[in-house]
Amino acid sequence: MRHAHAVRVGAVGFRIGAAWRAPVAALARLYEGYPAPEVADLTVRLEPQRPWRRWVRPSVEIAGDYWLPDAAPLPLEQGLLAAEMGMNLQVALGWRRHLLLHASAVEKDGRVLLMSGASGSGKSTLATLLGMSGWRFLGDEFAFVALDDGRIHPFPRAASLKNGAIEAVRAAGGTVGPVLEGTPKGAIGYWRPPADALARMAEAAPPALLLFPRFGHAEAVEPMPPSEAFMRLTQASTNYVALGEAGFATLARLVGTVPALAIDYPDSATGLALVERLWSEA
Amino acid sequence: MAPPVYAADPPGARATIRLDDLVAVLHRPSGTTHLLAPPAPELLDALASGPASAEMLLGRLSQQYELIGSEMDAIVARMEELVAAGLAWRA
Repeated sequence: MRHAHAVRVGAVGFRIGAAWRAPVAALARLYEGYPAPEVADLTVRLEPQRPWRRWVRPSVEIAGDYWLPDAAPLPLEQGLLAAEMGMNLQVALGWRRHLLLHASAVEKDGRVLLMSGASGSGKSTLATLLGMSGWRFLGDEFAFVALDDGRIHPFPRAASLKNGAIEAVRAAGGTVGPVLEGTPKGAIGYWRPPADALARMAEAAPPALLLFPRFGHAEAVEPMPPSEAFMRLTQASTNYVALGEAGFATLARLVGTVPALAIDYPDSATGLALVERLWSEA
Repeated sequence: MAPPVYAADPPGARATIRLDDLVAVLHRPSGTTHLLAPPAPELLDALASGPASAEMLLGRLSQQYELIGSEMDAIVARMEELVAAGLAWRA
């Protein structure tokens, strides 16, 4: 690879290589202040679809140690998104040292709040807003659950905010940038976690509350039985099956020890207030 | 036609954790996870002493549990579900 950048995010050492300078430079800017990894656990490669497409209508194909055959190539202007997607993909498919949950995570008073949901549920937005108001931001995409003691290890990547979430975070005083327009998911903007989140990225903490948020509905709170949380999280985990019995035991312990709630909220401000209230009652 | 006789892997082939009303079961030979409602976990346990028909299973369960009503059809239905899930088979 002509251009490369190595970065550690939480437990994961990445090496991102590309045929072009621009996406690697953008990535280096976004991850400024993150430590360099001792070892690159996962490799992401951004390559031209065909050799000549490095110059002619450049199109970025995501590759790495693990790959999906239907990962669509992106135009070069969205190279940063390709790098970010590549990092997520390599973690999702390749990581085996923790149980991975598709969830955001924030910490307060030594205990972790997990929020799991599909794209559009608001888990990234809520984690970002909480990270701006006294909580430690652990991550907006993956929660790393330790297989031995169930604690949550940070993965404080830059939060990926989509469409309305960009304005919601800006309105709350947050800095979002760069913003990529016209991606397959609409506009995507990145929010850099605060210095505290980076300085403490090796510091794990036990989970205390599990929320399944749903944005855009009238406020509602519904307790969720452990069996339903278990079922949802098997589906929200990218490596549950690969981990076998270790994943089974880790997930069963999580839902057996941490209360779970399904929450609906109409807007970010209401969601934030609701989360704070539920946390104070947990 | 003789009633079907059911069999299952020994209990050691399963990791079982009670979550609430439902029990999470990891079937070690296949690596698959199942959420089972009663009496499915009890039926699997009842097969530990060897293959059995629904009638024999009813007998084994009634030694441990107080059973009410027409359980026979329910046991056949639950056993067929366990067969479909790959946790038991017709011997």
